[in-house]
Amino acid sequence: MNGIEVVRAGVLTTVQDLGRTGYAHLGVPRGGALDAPAHRLANRLAGNPAEAATLETTVTGVAVRPREPVTAAVTGASAPVTVDGRPVAWGAPVRVPAGSVLEVGPAVHGLRSYLAFAGGVAVEPVLGSRCTDVLSGLGPAPLKDADVVPLGDRHGPAAHLDGPPGGAPGGELVLRVVLGPRDDWFTAGSLRTLGTGAYRVSAAGNRIGLRLEGPPLERAVKGELPSEGMVLGAVQVPPDGHPVVFLADHPTTGGYPVIAVVPEPDLAPAAQAAPGTAVRFVPVRSAARDRARLG
Amino acid sequence: MNGPGRAHALHPGSATVRAAGSHALLVELESGEHAEAFHAEVLRRRDAGELPGVREIVPGARTVLLDGLDDPAALAGELPSWEVPRLEAGSGPLVEVPVRYDGADLAEVAALWGVAEEEVGRVHSGVEHHVAFCGFAPGFAYLTGLRAQYHMPRRSTPRTAVPAGSVALAGPYTGVYPRSSPGGWQLIGTTRSTLWDPDREPAALLSPGTRVRFVMEDG
Repeated sequence: MNGIEVVRAGVLTTVQDLGRTGYAHLGVPRGGALDAPAHRLANRLAGNPAEAATLETTVTGVAVRPREPVTAAVTGASAPVTVDGRPVAWGAPVRVPAGSVLEVGPAVHGLRSYLAFAGGVAVEPVLGSRCTDVLSGLGPAPLKDADVVPLGDRHGPAAHLDGPPGGAPGGELVLRVVLGPRDDWFTAGSLRTLGTGAYRVSAAGNRIGLRLEGPPLERAVKGELPSEGMVLGAVQVPPDGHPVVFLADHPTTGGYPVIAVVPEPDLAPAAQAAPGTAVRFVPVRSAARDRARLG
Repeated sequence: MNGPGRAHALHPGSATVRAAGSHALLVELESGEHAEAFHAEVLRRRDAGELPGVREIVPGARTVLLDGLDDPAALAGELPSWEVPRLEAGSGPLVEVPVRYDGADLAEVAALWGVAEEEVGRVHSGVEHHVAFCGFAPGFAYLTGLRAQYHMPRRSTPRTAVPAGSVALAGPYTGVYPRSSPGGWQLIGTTRSTLWDPDREPAALLSPGTRVRFVMEDG
């Protein structure tokens, strides 16, 4: 079997693709790469379609040994990349000989690197996706040392970029938000706080949500919210008032009110923001919200 | 009450439409019953090709989320004028779930209900339940059907591990744990039915709209 042996799994390396859709009504989270643009770019560099599965690392990188020669590419969080200890390019196709060790080192900027192999990671799909969903346990388990991960047949030629891709942004994380669906459950003061408050990324975040520290958001409506469907990017406010931005493995329904929703393009930088990063929310308008309020 | 169609319609204007970001609408109804009827109408319109493209349709206790819409603003304007027929009793597929009423919280539930322990199973299996919505875990269904006098508070301290197949109560709902997980519901029994199997079609034994009859099994 064409595949790669896991030499060093890292703290949390998972198989990711574009996620599972169409099963949220059964309680199945979407899942998929947290930094979807980086996942797509890694696939493009390796000559794969966007839906091919990649490896998503977390902070500490990963080391693998391909059984056959393979073209690979690393994107997302920038990190030193080596083949048998010799530095090779990040953000470009790399030819790895059979039996050589390809290592993605600790993340320098960002948290999550994406490692694509020509042919894609070819674990058996579950409900149409190969992704690991850490909330519900669907898909393959996170990588362990000495695992062998199957690869598919290569698709097309590797692509080259004119220059190196942009890495994860540094400095302040600015997240646009569309207010609602439950902004009316919060005090007017808290709605102002959301748009002006200085928040920081908490170390307690994971693939389920980006947890934030900062001024707590107070509710105007007390009592329990009957469980309702949750969207990707929902800013849910639990009883302690500290907002959580839902990422790919978020639960499909929840009982805490959602004060606002972060648009999908802003979630990739959110997933790369290290603990301690300053966060600011910027409320924006949405046609759907304007129309829903009139309707 | 003028005509058969209208006689069964829920009164119009009962849907409140809330935007959830730029590509989703959360439609809030007045009650769980209205939400289930609205959900059925959404599915009917989707199957009839009358609904614009939507990625996920997620019912909740009193809501239906329509996610992955290209033009939610247009649909938001249209939804409140929908005429939503009342759900006919006995619609939806029927699934039987065998249960041994031997749960760890049986005594506590019996005390709260004011019945003998062996009565709990008879009360619970004596009514038809149906799936209002799913969530919490793949294949975990929130079933309604018990009368208000049998509604049940959650445990004050959740268990760190509830075994797979546990039949449990919380609030107005019955749930069956598809796999072992932490949980705060009151355990009344266990089933040998497989609630969730991603290799099976359909993966979930219980999906929104399914009617469920719990069948009491001996010890």
